[in-house]
Amino acid sequence: MKALSIQNLTKVYDNGFKALNGINLDVEQGDFFALLGPNGAGKSTTIGIITSLVTKTSGDVTVFDIDLETNPEQAKTYLGLVPQEFNFNGFEQVKHILITQAGYYGMPAHKAEPRADELLKQLGLWEKRSTPSRALSGGMKRRLMIARALIHEPKLLILDEPTAGVDIELRRSMWQFLEKINAQGTTIILTTHYLEEAENLCPNIAIIDQGRIVENTDMKSLLNRLDKETFILDLKSPLTAKLKLDNIDITQTGPTTLEVEIKKEDAINDLFLTLTEQGITVTSMKNKANRLEELFLSLVEKTVEK
Amino acid sequence: MPTQRQRRWVAFSTLLTREIRRFLRIWPQTLLPPAITMTLYFVIFGNLIGSRIGQMSGFNYIDYIAPGIIMMAVINNAYANVASSFFSAKFQNHIEELLIAPIPNYLILAGYVAGGAARGLLVGLIVTVVSLFFTALPVQHLFMTLSMVILSAIMFALGGFINAIYAKSFDEIAIIPTFILTPLTYLGGIFYSIDLLPEFWQQASLFNPILYMVNAFRYGFLGVSDIPVSFAFSIIILCIIGLTAFALYLLNKGTGIRH
Repeated sequence: MKALSIQNLTKVYDNGFKALNGINLDVEQGDFFALLGPNGAGKSTTIGIITSLVTKTSGDVTVFDIDLETNPEQAKTYLGLVPQEFNFNGFEQVKHILITQAGYYGMPAHKAEPRADELLKQLGLWEKRSTPSRALSGGMKRRLMIARALIHEPKLLILDEPTAGVDIELRRSMWQFLEKINAQGTTIILTTHYLEEAENLCPNIAIIDQGRIVENTDMKSLLNRLDKETFILDLKSPLTAKLKLDNIDITQTGPTTLEVEIKKEDAINDLFLTLTEQGITVTSMKNKANRLEELFLSLVEKTVEK
Repeated sequence: MPTQRQRRWVAFSTLLTREIRRFLRIWPQTLLPPAITMTLYFVIFGNLIGSRIGQMSGFNYIDYIAPGIIMMAVINNAYANVASSFFSAKFQNHIEELLIAPIPNYLILAGYVAGGAARGLLVGLIVTVVSLFFTALPVQHLFMTLSMVILSAIMFALGGFINAIYAKSFDEIAIIPTFILTPLTYLGGIFYSIDLLPEFWQQASLFNPILYMVNAFRYGFLGVSDIPVSFAFSIIILCIIGLTAFALYLLNKGTGIRH
């Protein structure tokens, strides 16, 4: 079953700006799906239309086969949203925010309360349950938005850059939490600027640019399209002679740093063999850029050229 | 799984509870000021000046103005509650919590209006208690008194909602109360009978909806009114129907809340 199906969706804002140019997108139930794109590409407009915050110009959206236009009330019961910007009442207490949100979805307070307690504990907000939300730190506010989106147990959770401005430790704990709820059956759509996040979490991906879907595939096939990767090697001691390496594109970027481009069909062992033969010791090695980042940039650049 | 009706009822009562909790939490801003202001009205206009004015339509002046003062407190507070609460929700973007939830627009409207009416009625009750220190406040027609105060609270809560939908800044939720609502209230026959006005201003006053509310409400207490009470009743019902239809039209269109 499709958790989300979008057909020929367009959006033209009042000022004439065409944010979406007839996009089509399907997300299967249980998926952890990445929707990527540069700023202004149409991600937030798409999410806005799915969650009824933005009015579409034309096209169809169904959520678990329920048409959002003809039966919005039913379709909305399946959805949970973690928006990009903080959007709760700063004067309300953390737990009240969750119980109120549950009430909007028809969950009475006596049922919402244990669920709220559970989420607050899982997301490390239990100690802050009686604090007005404006007094929370940025990371806690992000977690509160996740708790609020999950309070009514949505089948489809949409996260619009949930880890923006969050430190790496918290980001990792949020990834673990999201992976857990995905494993428990919640379909997740994620937009993020951290491409490493999408690569690690999402088996399927769509890239949107200038209001069009420029790529929609599974992560593995997308990454397989990379024909080369760039590595940075740190050397134990500075080079004393010029390197002699056949068929390997290598650049010295510092006294003890090399940048090496390796084609997909070449074995990385050849590189080390050659370096060892020349008495060069490598102390560490890392990817120059995230693999997905390279593909993302090439796909987005292609649409700009078009 | 709750039925659709149960879900809607829980959503409505949640919104109403949140609205009531909001104005109770900030009671020094919402409940105390009208109690103090209206006490001053009773002391100055009722006792000090009123004792020299003598009778109005056959009643002591303080008895005559008491229903109007209560009504003024009700309509100002019903209006202000919805205008500020709904605009704040827009301003802080937490209106999105409601817009993404499975709540039909009419229930969003009903929740806010009921919350505004609740504050208006609570303030009305407080002012009524205050007025009992100054006047006996007899009730001649209980049904008329209660129905009129409830309908007036609903009508002005609807007005506050429409104001908040259009407002783009906090200034814009102050403009209507200051430049339209307050003059209409003072010219709505709270402090005088329109019989005292010249013919032209008597006719002009008939276009002021607050005149109908104040007179019908006063009729409930004292049994006197400048206008036929059934006519006043019909006008207020028509205003409520018109404002509800307009507010729903704006909500369905997404004016001021959806892009």
